[in-house]
Amino acid sequence: MWALRSRLVEGLRAYGLIVAMWTRSTLAYRTSFLLTALGNFAATGLDFLAIMLMFTHITALGGFSLPEVAFLYGTSGVALGLADLVLGSMDRLGTRVRDGTMDVLLVRPVPVFAQVAADRFALRRLGRILQAAVVLGWSLSRLEVDWTPGKVLLVPLMLLCGAVIFGAVFTIGAAFQFVAQDAAEVQNSFTYGGTTMLQYPPTVFAKDLVRGVTFVVPLAFVNWLPALRLLGRDDPLGLPGWVDFLGPAVAAAMCGLAWLAWRAGLRNYRSTGS
Amino acid sequence: MRSGTGDTVRGPEEAGAVSHDPEESGAVGRGPSGGEPGFIELDGVEKVFHVRRKAGRLRRVREEVRAVDGISFRVPRGAMVGYIGPNGAGKSTTVKMLTGILVPSGGRLRVAGIDPARERTRLARRVGVVFGQRTTLWWDLPLRDSYELVRRMYRIPEAAYRRNLERCVELLDLEKLLPVPVRQLSLGQRMRGDIAAALLHDPEVLYLDEPTIGLDVISKAKVRGFLREVNAERGTTVLLTTHDLTDIEQLCRRVMVIDHGRLVYDGGLDGLHAVGRSERTLVVDLERELPPIEGVPGARTVKVEGPRQWLAFPAAQSAAPVVSAVAERYPLVDLSVREPDIEDVISRMYADNTAP
Repeated sequence: MWALRSRLVEGLRAYGLIVAMWTRSTLAYRTSFLLTALGNFAATGLDFLAIMLMFTHITALGGFSLPEVAFLYGTSGVALGLADLVLGSMDRLGTRVRDGTMDVLLVRPVPVFAQVAADRFALRRLGRILQAAVVLGWSLSRLEVDWTPGKVLLVPLMLLCGAVIFGAVFTIGAAFQFVAQDAAEVQNSFTYGGTTMLQYPPTVFAKDLVRGVTFVVPLAFVNWLPALRLLGRDDPLGLPGWVDFLGPAVAAAMCGLAWLAWRAGLRNYRSTGS
Repeated sequence: MRSGTGDTVRGPEEAGAVSHDPEESGAVGRGPSGGEPGFIELDGVEKVFHVRRKAGRLRRVREEVRAVDGISFRVPRGAMVGYIGPNGAGKSTTVKMLTGILVPSGGRLRVAGIDPARERTRLARRVGVVFGQRTTLWWDLPLRDSYELVRRMYRIPEAAYRRNLERCVELLDLEKLLPVPVRQLSLGQRMRGDIAAALLHDPEVLYLDEPTIGLDVISKAKVRGFLREVNAERGTTVLLTTHDLTDIEQLCRRVMVIDHGRLVYDGGLDGLHAVGRSERTLVVDLERELPPIEGVPGARTVKVEGPRQWLAFPAAQSAAPVVSAVAERYPLVDLSVREPDIEDVISRMYADNTAP
């Protein structure tokens, strides 16, 4: 237990060191950083522009108003943005395995996970978070919700759990790249693809798809299920009400799964060397 | 069919270095009590890979590849040893097991008393690694920032760091390169940068995987000189894998040869030349076309092409008498000496080894 804790501390320390180094080197070119962050902001903002355009012709999408869709958009965007900022570089793992630079990480006295996660830490990804946060802020000001303390608390909680769930998906995807080095796109379809889906109300999708993201890759717990509770809607699968509060448990379970996957991936690498 | 660990190893007096000592080393790991102090100890180490190979349209067969097939050796603290062999012989696999990157399939392996596979990160503080083909530095960061990050990662005390860095900068001529991002460095500059990075934390052992591959003559000389000094002054144990016999000649008194995953030679370089019957070649350009050169003691003419002739002589022998014998009697315009090809030496040795 102590060993695990000290490894965790070591990992966080190493992560911090590498992130600080990349941040400093990014900020050395301030204009370039501002431009790429702005680009990131604008590029992700186009998604919401598309939704707004849609609402110039309709008043509701799958029974959801614009502020409600904006709430889904903002929550999924912030959750993914946080995970992307912290772990987004992990999809380069396949490349590292292929070109052999993975070995370099294994000869350093700090946990490999921290090195892979912090590698090329991209501060510009704040752009996505900021953009989604702006949309979320706007939606919160427009939503007609009876704000109880529980509901207020639910918002940051779902953002946190959502980020953790996305982070676990990033990790599992990366772990899979130990075996299949070209799997980055599969992972991207769950993370970046997943967030695009979560921007829209679950009612516009086929039930099988909604089932898939509830029970198989539990992205529905990022925002759909808690948001439906918050907005006072029934979920299309008709699940019992307590399921809406499973977010933290699902996030924890995903972390456990990610940890196992990462361990298995690394072990496989260390026995096969490829 | 696999024979015992040591009996295929050839080598003159060092044959005893390959021991089968089954006794466990002490917890401190200064080597088996009473035996030769082994800083690096391998006993029957194996690494088996399973590869899937296509056999027919859909069928795939699992095949066993024994990349390292029962290797045993001891390297005492402070030694500088060459570890050579043809491509795919198992050199890199051995180094990867010594650093804990790869987990051995069998046998026993200790570096400074530590089992690398089990305590990789603990060992990492005590070893330095240079991979010739890929950098351990951060591609986009200036060299100075890379070193600073290494300092923090390894928790190198400020004073030691400054001392080591200054030394490396001076001896490897890095001053002008410190503000340059690694990706903009030439191969030789990068290699020097990499070697410095591997030594900042005062490692007790340094593994170098092809440290001079692709370098120009000046860079090679610089790197070799530096390694010699580190070994002599610091007492750093150095294990060097290389293709370049000159590296070995200039740096190592002991050389181990691996082929097909087995240790086929462990001893001095002279012995290697003797065992491999290796020859150097003197290439001479004469003023005009002449019949094959004759009467040079110890050398024979192996090839004639117009005014250019090739003379082979034993690698252990000096080139000077051969050159002067030729110059004395023939109109010499130009000459060069070619070192024996390591692949040839080893393939000849291996052929001898497997012969009945």
